[in-house]
Amino acid sequence: MWSGKHVIDHWGQQVVSQNIQYTGNGKLRHFLSIDGLRKETLEQILVTAEKFTQFGQRDIKKLPLLRGHTVVNLFFENSSRTRTTFEIAAKRLSADVINLNPTTSSTSKGETLLDTVNILEAMHTDLFVIRHAKSGVAELIAAHVPDHVHIINAGDGQHAHPTQAMLDMFTIQQYKGPFHKLRVAIVGDILHSRVARSQIHALNTLGAHEIRVVAPNSLLPAQIERLGVHSYTDLSQGLDGVDVVMMLRLQKERMHNAYLPSEQEYFNLYGLTTESLAAAADDAIVMHPGPINRGLEISSEVADGPRSVILPQVTNGIAIRMAVMAMILGGESNG
Amino acid sequence: MTKKIDVEVSTLLDKLVTDITPLLATNPIIIGIHTGGSWLADILHDRLGITEPCGSLDISFYRDDFSRIGLNPQVKASHLPMDISNRHILLVDDVLQTGRTIRAAMNEIFDYGRPASIRLCVLVERKGHELPIQADYCGMSLELRPDQQVKLCGPENMSLIIGDSKS
Repeated sequence: MWSGKHVIDHWGQQVVSQNIQYTGNGKLRHFLSIDGLRKETLEQILVTAEKFTQFGQRDIKKLPLLRGHTVVNLFFENSSRTRTTFEIAAKRLSADVINLNPTTSSTSKGETLLDTVNILEAMHTDLFVIRHAKSGVAELIAAHVPDHVHIINAGDGQHAHPTQAMLDMFTIQQYKGPFHKLRVAIVGDILHSRVARSQIHALNTLGAHEIRVVAPNSLLPAQIERLGVHSYTDLSQGLDGVDVVMMLRLQKERMHNAYLPSEQEYFNLYGLTTESLAAAADDAIVMHPGPINRGLEISSEVADGPRSVILPQVTNGIAIRMAVMAMILGGESNG
Repeated sequence: MTKKIDVEVSTLLDKLVTDITPLLATNPIIIGIHTGGSWLADILHDRLGITEPCGSLDISFYRDDFSRIGLNPQVKASHLPMDISNRHILLVDDVLQTGRTIRAAMNEIFDYGRPASIRLCVLVERKGHELPIQADYCGMSLELRPDQQVKLCGPENMSLIIGDSKS
């Protein structure tokens, strides 16, 4: 039963309650937000994903774990790579996958969000992967589904994108080793970014040495330092000596309130180029959740350069999503 | 309560090496099931003088009780370095009881390719078969109560331990 408490965080966003993501005996039930998850859970996701990476190289890229389970990708907001990697991940685990884009189906006929979910649940769906432009939708649905139905948040508004953060953590660990030694800079539109929020929670939970956010004042949430990060408005200071540079997409669709004087000026001050990257450690890696705005937040030279791990991030997204789905759907009758 | 079985594992291995030796004519690949089976496979591999590296399987992703008990957090990566298609395989495990582990292992092997044959070698066979799976090579048979467990400890100074129920 739903008994969680709603808390408002410094961004004015509702924080997922501690309890709803776990069953009574501590098993992962939903995956809605990094916030509220235990360090051991995040570590187990990383370890499990590591095991799944090898299957991508095998002749038969399928495991039988989710045979007979139905996964519905319910994407109220557009996505290509996230939806595709969720679909591939579910199919590699032998689940049946249905992709729905409800903006073009029943919701446009007036059906409510929970009606849509109830209808699909009546078709014996085991797991919903949900993306929505409004913060809190995945949690709202999680609070209303029966015990045997599970929810994964694939991005809700400006709130959270936890599988993206976990594939980023996996990629960091793969290239840079243990978190306690690492300085990480997150650069760009922090204010609108659900990715940044999830990354900060994940890096904090996994014990990163230092987390920095770098952005113009207009794109930095007030009191962000209370999340345990250092904020910088100067790119070269923010990147000084860091091991990992995590770029964010400039969300042009949310830029109608004059956050920036001009795109060119933004690129001049905050764009990641070979020159600005020189401030980071010599072996620093460059990450980006995609899609990339080339020449706006990152130059092509860097995005396609030797320190970019943008494509490995995409590949790792499959293993991470397999891990989360397997952990959620396994051991149900005990949970 | 646990007690050590008064049988030397090395004696059982001597018997297995003798029994398996005729199979060498088929140039088999040895694959051990994690964890105990892998220890035994390594030893058999050396004693039989097989040159191709040993494979190891962690069948956690193939278990038929996944939906009941979930993923084993200690799952290890499987490692079958060689092409197994049309090859003769010697599958090694420590204890054969229900046969479910062997079924899962065979399912996984077939996802790597289609072997010419699979032979099963176990250190201990005990009653409680739930599937039509028998060992081709067996170190010893044990009669145990259903609530008793037998476990191979190792990998150094391997010994067989009997314990009362699951703890």
